[in-house]
Amino acid sequence: MNRADTLIRFDGVTKSYGSGSAQFQALKGVDFEVAEGEFVSLMGPSGSGKSTVMNILGCLDVLTSGEYFFRGVPVSQLDRNQRALLRRNHIGFVFQGFNLLARTSAMENVELPLVYRGLGRRERNRLSMAALAKVGLEKWAHHHPSELSGGQQQRVAIARALVTTPSILLADEPTGNLDSERSEEIMQLMSQLNREQNLTILMVTHEPEMAEYSQRIIHFVDGLVDPARSRQTGSAGAQYAD
Amino acid sequence: MLINALKLALQQIRRNVMRSFLTTLGIIIGVAAVITMVALGNGATAQVTAQVSSLGTNLMMVNRGQGFGPRRDRVSAPAFELADVTAIANEIAGIKAIAPVSSGSVTLINGNTSWSSTVRGSDNQYLLAGNWTLAEGRNFSDDELADGSSMCIVGQTVVKELFSGESPLNQKMRIAGNNCVVIGVLKGKGQTSFGQDQDDIVIVPMMNYQRRLAGSRDVHQIYISLEDGVDTDHVEQRLTTLLRLRRNVAASESDNFNIFNTTELAETLTSTTQTMTGLLGAVAGVSLLVGGIGIMNIMLVSVTERTREIGIRLAIGALEHEVLLQFLVEAVVLSSLGGLIGILLALGLSWSLALLMSMPFIFDVSISVAAFVFSAAVGVIFGYVPARRAAQLNPIEALRHE
Ligand SMILES: Nc1ncnc2c1ncn2[C@@H]1O[C@H](COP(=O)(O)OP(=O)(O)OP(=O)(O)O)[C@@H](O)[C@H]1O
Ligand SMILES: [Mg+2]
Repeated sequence: MNRADTLIRFDGVTKSYGSGSAQFQALKGVDFEVAEGEFVSLMGPSGSGKSTVMNILGCLDVLTSGEYFFRGVPVSQLDRNQRALLRRNHIGFVFQGFNLLARTSAMENVELPLVYRGLGRRERNRLSMAALAKVGLEKWAHHHPSELSGGQQQRVAIARALVTTPSILLADEPTGNLDSERSEEIMQLMSQLNREQNLTILMVTHEPEMAEYSQRIIHFVDGLVDPARSRQTGSAGAQYAD
Repeated sequence: MLINALKLALQQIRRNVMRSFLTTLGIIIGVAAVITMVALGNGATAQVTAQVSSLGTNLMMVNRGQGFGPRRDRVSAPAFELADVTAIANEIAGIKAIAPVSSGSVTLINGNTSWSSTVRGSDNQYLLAGNWTLAEGRNFSDDELADGSSMCIVGQTVVKELFSGESPLNQKMRIAGNNCVVIGVLKGKGQTSFGQDQDDIVIVPMMNYQRRLAGSRDVHQIYISLEDGVDTDHVEQRLTTLLRLRRNVAASESDNFNIFNTTELAETLTSTTQTMTGLLGAVAGVSLLVGGIGIMNIMLVSVTERTREIGIRLAIGALEHEVLLQFLVEAVVLSSLGGLIGILLALGLSWSLALLMSMPFIFDVSISVAAFVFSAAVGVIFGYVPARRAAQLNPIEALRHE
């Protein structure tokens, strides 16, 4: 498939960690595409390479061979600064661990990407409060991460990823730390964003119920996409919305 | 962009109050210690130098007895005579001024006020030999000396205590019951390093002292001031030979007089204070090092946290140089703040210590700058270098840092 609205494309991507005899190949030639506006789940057993794929997608790590195209741009040809600008302007990332700044209020954490975008204080406050409101945390804006529950920290992390209105949201187990009720809320929020704002979402999850919120599941086994188990779900997303 | 980095750096400093405080403290301690110690050392040296030169740099004092200090033979050894003074003046070259001195404790009275002081009988060479200058009035004339006139020259302490600070010129006062007219007032010299008040002094003509006050013709001391460039050791040898001869000291006996030399004293004191300054400097250096190691520790201990933080910033789209600038600004702000506080602290500390020890206050700019630069460099290098290493990692590596 080679569509005009392809947002990302992995072309024989491999990733090796370490060197010599300690070398370990986490990705062994991964091919897949995601179109603009898709909501895709990445599934697979632990250690199958899902986070590795997400890190490469988020330009947090570099691939070993193959190519990663973002809107047709070969990302491995970009330099450090260009990749940083790609992260800044197009990508929102939610980590498996939350990676919030300690001793920094929820609002300041959410504001941080805006600081690097050079926004003024007022504008930052407005946008970060709006993002916190989206995840239902406006009352907790001035609390430090250490004063928040795991689920609340996860939601701050999501607010931080959304505050810049990215082209794509990459979420590595966004509900991994939440109870099922909170998980439902987060998933509803994500599919709403997907539908209403045409936000492309890639999400790693272990829970089949959560994967049902997405339109498509890419299944990983042992560093490769398992085509047999990758499938469309019944959900209708932005793609099919009018 | 710099403003943005400054804002971020300040935010970071506020967030890490303890780390910032300890870093600053390390620099404060280092800078303050060095500056204070060096200021004290310099002050002490300057004080000693000033005191020695107030004694007169080329002054020799000849005392009876074998040595300097309260020895029994100091009293039992025969006194000098005025003839000794004449003989020395005639036979030894290179003498600028020579004066016989006899002294005793007396009570001075002016009206209802009395004051215990030391009176010295001498001649009109005393001022030159002892490196004194007149604040007002005049020295004794030769005639007055020959007559043993009842006249005196007084020091500043006497003016203060006996004349409540007003000019005593041509006023009368009583020295141990004898009248005398003040004809001169000495300029103040202050205390010696041994805590002696040099200005608590009254000088009368030798003849007057011998007849009216002491009732003996003894001369206690001889003050000799040498011309510039004269070999002190050579003069001392000739003086010894001459005095041994005149005092009939047998070849087997040791001298029954001693010669005290301010040039030697100056050398000894100067080398002592130099040793002291060196020692203070070493202590200061150690403080600087300890401060530096403190900063280093804080920075290295916080590397993991800071590396992860840099990973987060990179991950959300910060450019490498933006992160670096922020950390550099943080290090520079903390270091200069610490340095500034350190310098202010040192100024206050050394100034009050100098006041307390009645020493001159000397501020060594180059040492201060050096201490500041060293501490700041430690702060900046150990704050910045790990940050630079972290900022060059892939974000995910920085985030995984353990
Ligand atoms: N920095 C690294 N150095 C060495 N090996 C690594 C590194 N990161 C990941 N790996 C290895 O790569 C493989 C894939 O890891 P990855 O984190 O992508 O798995 P995952 O599918 O996300 O698993 P999980 O569901 O447990 O999060 C694993 O076997 C892991 O041990
Ligand atoms: Mg993972």
